[in-house]
Amino acid sequence: MGMLRALRGDTGGQAMLVVLALAAVVVPILNLAVPEGTPWHLSTYTVTLLGKYLTYALLALAVDLVWGYLGILSLGHGAFFALGGYAMGMYLMRQIGDRGVYGNPELPDFMVFLNWQELPWFWHGFDLFWFAALMTLLVPGALAFVFGWLAFRSRVTGVYLSIITQALTYALMLAFFRNEMGFGGNNGLTDFKDILGFDLQSDATRVGLFLASAAALALGYLACRFIVASRLGRVAVAVRDAESRTRFIGYRVERVKLFFFSFSAILAGLAGALYVPQVGIINPGEFSPLNSIELVVWVAVGGRATLYGAVIGAILVSYGKTYFTGAMPEVWLFALGGLFVLVTLFLPRGIAGLFTGRRALSPKAAGVPG
Amino acid sequence: MNPLAQFREAMRRDRQFDFMWSVKDLELDVSHGTILYVEDLSVSFDGFKAIDHLNFYVNAGELRCVIGPNGAGKTTMMDIVTGKTRPDSGSAFFGQKIDLLRLSESEIAEIGIGRKFQRPTVFERHSVIENLELAMSGDKRVLPTLLARPSGEQLDRIDEVLGMVGLAELSGRAAGALSHGQKQWLEIGMLLMQDPHLLLVDEPVAGMTHPEMERTAELLLSLEGKHSVVLVEHDMDFVRSIAKRVTVLHQGSVLAEGTMDEVQNDPRVVEVYLGE
Repeated sequence: MGMLRALRGDTGGQAMLVVLALAAVVVPILNLAVPEGTPWHLSTYTVTLLGKYLTYALLALAVDLVWGYLGILSLGHGAFFALGGYAMGMYLMRQIGDRGVYGNPELPDFMVFLNWQELPWFWHGFDLFWFAALMTLLVPGALAFVFGWLAFRSRVTGVYLSIITQALTYALMLAFFRNEMGFGGNNGLTDFKDILGFDLQSDATRVGLFLASAAALALGYLACRFIVASRLGRVAVAVRDAESRTRFIGYRVERVKLFFFSFSAILAGLAGALYVPQVGIINPGEFSPLNSIELVVWVAVGGRATLYGAVIGAILVSYGKTYFTGAMPEVWLFALGGLFVLVTLFLPRGIAGLFTGRRALSPKAAGVPG
Repeated sequence: MNPLAQFREAMRRDRQFDFMWSVKDLELDVSHGTILYVEDLSVSFDGFKAIDHLNFYVNAGELRCVIGPNGAGKTTMMDIVTGKTRPDSGSAFFGQKIDLLRLSESEIAEIGIGRKFQRPTVFERHSVIENLELAMSGDKRVLPTLLARPSGEQLDRIDEVLGMVGLAELSGRAAGALSHGQKQWLEIGMLLMQDPHLLLVDEPVAGMTHPEMERTAELLLSLEGKHSVVLVEHDMDFVRSIAKRVTVLHQGSVLAEGTMDEVQNDPRVVEVYLGE
């Protein structure tokens, strides 16, 4: 109930959730019930594409929570997404069993290829879904906690923090490229067969993953909304706008930051875990700094500090990317850069700012106590 | 010292380890009637002595004005008392027992020292009432703050403070939309919400109109007795209208202390400050 109360006054969020619920009903029907070849049929390719966009939207939500509300511009959130993805990928690798090219029941193909004799210690447990699922949240959360604890305690802020988050994801990318790390080197983890016993190639599993992504996005949205509508959410905005004042009225700013940053990393990890079974691969490219910058663009385009704006931005920009990289691959990066410049100049509050007018800035939208 | 003696010294019975110890255990002790002890304090920035062997005491419940020319060290002293700047040497105690130099800004706020900055700093995006709510004393750890809902009593307290600072009509307005004077009052209101024992107020009437200054003087005078107030101010008319005791700082140490008349007739003060 507390979570639903947090939606009061959040028209954009309510509309977004209604659209999401409609999609969760209509998309499975159009894909599974409408026969192939008829004009209303939705291809499985499209369902998976939509599911992928929803995981991007969840990732954008995580970025908006720390950037929009707390003012921490993280240029390394892709790292948490990728770590969640790798944890899920490890589970999917173990599910392949002896169906791999080398037919080894214990070791994934790349380990056999590298002449490894036994499973590295950190691969143990990933044959269990519950363990892997826990790790998709815990690993990104723990990394964010340790990183944040060091960074916030030393009061690293602003552009310096952005740079070290960027360095974090870059360092992880280089590390995961190495075969010795035990995560498949530059090929990453791929060739997945099934998840929880369901064939990953079947239409029903694809629809199931789409629905799981929609549910995760809805729950993630409600959780974020609950946080930003609470007093802690108001403290976060206070930190963003006047950090030292917040400290002088008695809040431990670094702990507030640590909470938001870790929670955001957990959301990003969840998004990554849902992303990997849908796209069927995870490789170190996901750690690339460019990815993390792209998702900051999603949030900027959608509108900061609105949450639903981040969802809109992620879906629209990702759709644009799918379209451009198909139609005119060479112009995509120019389009992305141009979009960022145009939005910064003409839509400082993003697409969400078009709907709300001046209201997004008023205290009413942020939730009044009492 | 042999190892055993060292161990005994480290483990002596009254030893308090930092990790065992919480600000909540600190109790303000003003049984000698003094709430702030600043003794032999020095701090320098790049060789410039901002504070030079400063001794300064404030009585509990007193309204004390601190004046002095630019660069006399007034704001630096407040920075040290509130934990923003660490001194090179000396001590600062809150009551007889609490060593302020060991605490962080938020801990100092928690034990009851509130500060108003020179430039009004309120949370511009939040409404007046939200500003007061955030400043309200209470459990300010992360999870309790996440689940906090204001109780009836707390809402009454917010209303009371809104009345005291004269912003009851504007409670729903964004703080960024207030006039300069109103922001100053809101900030004083935020200090009051913290229920501090000691308020440090830095130039509250800078940029205010005369009627606004009069209201501010009334507000500060109404606090006397319940709270101790240290007021740093440049405007001599304003100081004259409220001060009982005045401390004059000059080049980082106390030049004179006494009533406004005594201070004004002190030849040294006249020379460095009033005679300008």
